[in-house]
Amino acid sequence: MNNPFQILQDKPVDRRTALEMAVGMLTAGAGLALTSCNPIASAESKEKAQLNWQEYFQGNFRLMSEDEKTTTVERLERLHELNTGSRINVAKSGPREKVLFGYAFNISKCRGYMDCVRACVKENNQDRKNDVRYIRIHEHKNGQFAFEEANDEFFHDVPAAGHFYIGTQCFHCQKPPCVDVCPVSATWMEPDGIVVVDYNWCIGCRYCMAACPYDARRFNWADPMVPAEELNPNQHYLGNRMRRKGVVEKCTFCIQRTREGANPACVEACPTGARVFGNLLDPDSEIRWILKNKKVFRLKEDLGTEPKFWYYMD
Amino acid sequence: MNEPDRKSGPLASFFREGLAEVTHGSRRYHLWMASLTFLMCCGAFAYSVQIRQGLAATGMHDHVSWGLYISNFTFLVGVAAAAVVLVLPTYVLNDLDFAQAVLIGEAVAVASVVMAIAFVVVDVGGPARLWHLIPVIGIFNWPRSMLAWDILVLNGYLLINLALPFYILFAHYRGRTPDKRHYLPAVMLSIVWAVSLHLITAFLYAGLPARPYWNNALLGPRFLATAFTAGPALIIIILQTLRRVTDFVVEEATIQKIALVVTVAAQISLVMLISELFTEFYRTTHHGLSAQYLYFGLHGHNMLRPWIWTSIAMSVAATGMLSVHTIRTRERFLRLACFLLFAAILIEKGLGTIIPGFIPEPWGRIDEYFPTWVEIVVSVGIWALGCFVFTILCKIAIPIELGRRRYAGSSPAGVQAAQGVQFGGVARHGLGSKHHDPGGAG
Repeated sequence: MNNPFQILQDKPVDRRTALEMAVGMLTAGAGLALTSCNPIASAESKEKAQLNWQEYFQGNFRLMSEDEKTTTVERLERLHELNTGSRINVAKSGPREKVLFGYAFNISKCRGYMDCVRACVKENNQDRKNDVRYIRIHEHKNGQFAFEEANDEFFHDVPAAGHFYIGTQCFHCQKPPCVDVCPVSATWMEPDGIVVVDYNWCIGCRYCMAACPYDARRFNWADPMVPAEELNPNQHYLGNRMRRKGVVEKCTFCIQRTREGANPACVEACPTGARVFGNLLDPDSEIRWILKNKKVFRLKEDLGTEPKFWYYMD
Repeated sequence: MNEPDRKSGPLASFFREGLAEVTHGSRRYHLWMASLTFLMCCGAFAYSVQIRQGLAATGMHDHVSWGLYISNFTFLVGVAAAAVVLVLPTYVLNDLDFAQAVLIGEAVAVASVVMAIAFVVVDVGGPARLWHLIPVIGIFNWPRSMLAWDILVLNGYLLINLALPFYILFAHYRGRTPDKRHYLPAVMLSIVWAVSLHLITAFLYAGLPARPYWNNALLGPRFLATAFTAGPALIIIILQTLRRVTDFVVEEATIQKIALVVTVAAQISLVMLISELFTEFYRTTHHGLSAQYLYFGLHGHNMLRPWIWTSIAMSVAATGMLSVHTIRTRERFLRLACFLLFAAILIEKGLGTIIPGFIPEPWGRIDEYFPTWVEIVVSVGIWALGCFVFTILCKIAIPIELGRRRYAGSSPAGVQAAQGVQFGGVARHGLGSKHHDPGGAG
């Protein structure tokens, strides 16, 4: 592909785009029949049509058998290859035993450098065109803790004198209100505590966005765009694989990394060590040490959401 | 008009004649339907733009993630629920003055529910994947999700409000008296259903502690009070119009009784508004920021302020007018008051309920919302669809109710008796009233 922006961008209506639109509607059968029976259509476009067709009727990821999950991620990989010519790896790894992920944020250390935000956008293949971010860094004036008075859009050197910084993102609540409201159960909490979305099952009603008290969820108002050379090919079905327009996405604690034992991208990128991630069920983990030895608190605890995201100060 | 075919069954004949009825009419009727069709086509075009570009074609964004569509949905659910105001006295309390209006009320309910469902469908990001909602082949997150409840009550209400008037109309069409034992259970169900329809829609919002503006116990009752204002107000306007443009006879007593309902509901709505304003502003907390934004503006953002004060002014003026007996009984003033109330509640439910819930967003940022032309044209198209559906329903129902359309196979005695009822007096529908001679049962 000579145009790096072509991954999911709108193109003039060729047969492929027309077909995708047809698949997108319930009359997709007619479109498939047209291509399948069309002697001029290439084998590739026939295969693509077939895969799109199968993808349209795939079930909810959580209810799939291991075999179905394998078929599903292989289909995603193949579709990506057919569409772009490049290869990706979509994992489907499940939660590990005796793992419950949690996060701690040191307010004393954060200086608003935003390296976490940049790393997050890159790692999670977030839409560059619409500047989608899972993390928000709020700049507070000293002596002022109300978020209404904070500024999350600063364009000056940091740290600014007389200010401190607090990051917010999805808190992976143990009692997530967003999960309860979803009419199709397209979002749920995994056994290791990560709240995920099946982007293929989401119908895009955005009730979860209304239900989230932490502004953690993002909607794909248009087709997301990631330049081909910036695409992170190491993906997870429930994590950083490409989303489509019209579905909700969110922070997944970098499920594609953390299920393999690595830290989330934001933790790795933070130059000040303000971010700590770990297994809450492991008594020797750093996060457990912080919970035990620091004065920690959580945001909007009165809402009863039980976030697995704590703040503390040195 | 087509000569009825004696050989076909009553059901086939009902639908064939119904089709003939809706495809024939005066020049004014065709002009009206053509304009609605044009608007629907405009809406369809705008929706096609939205399908291509995604919801980015709307003014919504991550911080105001519901806009004009869901606002309209909320308002229309209320209008739909208001049919109960007519159904309850007619079928249960045997108040015959309401009987003339009840089928019209049910037609309004059907049209409103159709519009409400359409507004939800155009709002979702993946309409093609709505099959995920269908139990068995998809997952229906019931009873946990209030949206699942809402889908249930919406569709159920639509079915009840199609089945019930159909049963009554079909009986009249065959020159028979509807059997109370058959329809009364459905009527009772529809009454409970109507109240729960609107209450559950309120719970959809009130159940979100994330949005303190919605998360209050008054939201549901206030939804009901405004619904019982706007819905019957609309029905009064419609009845007055039908009285002018068709032969459908509507007694002034009927309209006055509905006007009384509107008056009381409007008064209660105002009391609730005052109660809400007091709680929000006597001691302002940061849970009151949305209300502050709505009524007074926040940090220089005050897009909704002129709208909400216009709405309140119209509500107060109309409620005042309706509360004075001599004004309420004058047709022109009544129409004006009903129009004011309908518009006021459309603004209040539309712009003043859903959008401020998102402003400021959970961390206090203020990102205002402006609908785009796509949203506006799609919305107009859906309203046209509603008017279209309503017109069709009335066009079929009115000739039957007037006794002009009868199944050719029904016994002459039955027809005569039924027509006797039609033109005999108040018992237009013969809805099992005490005064009604059940002679049509032949």
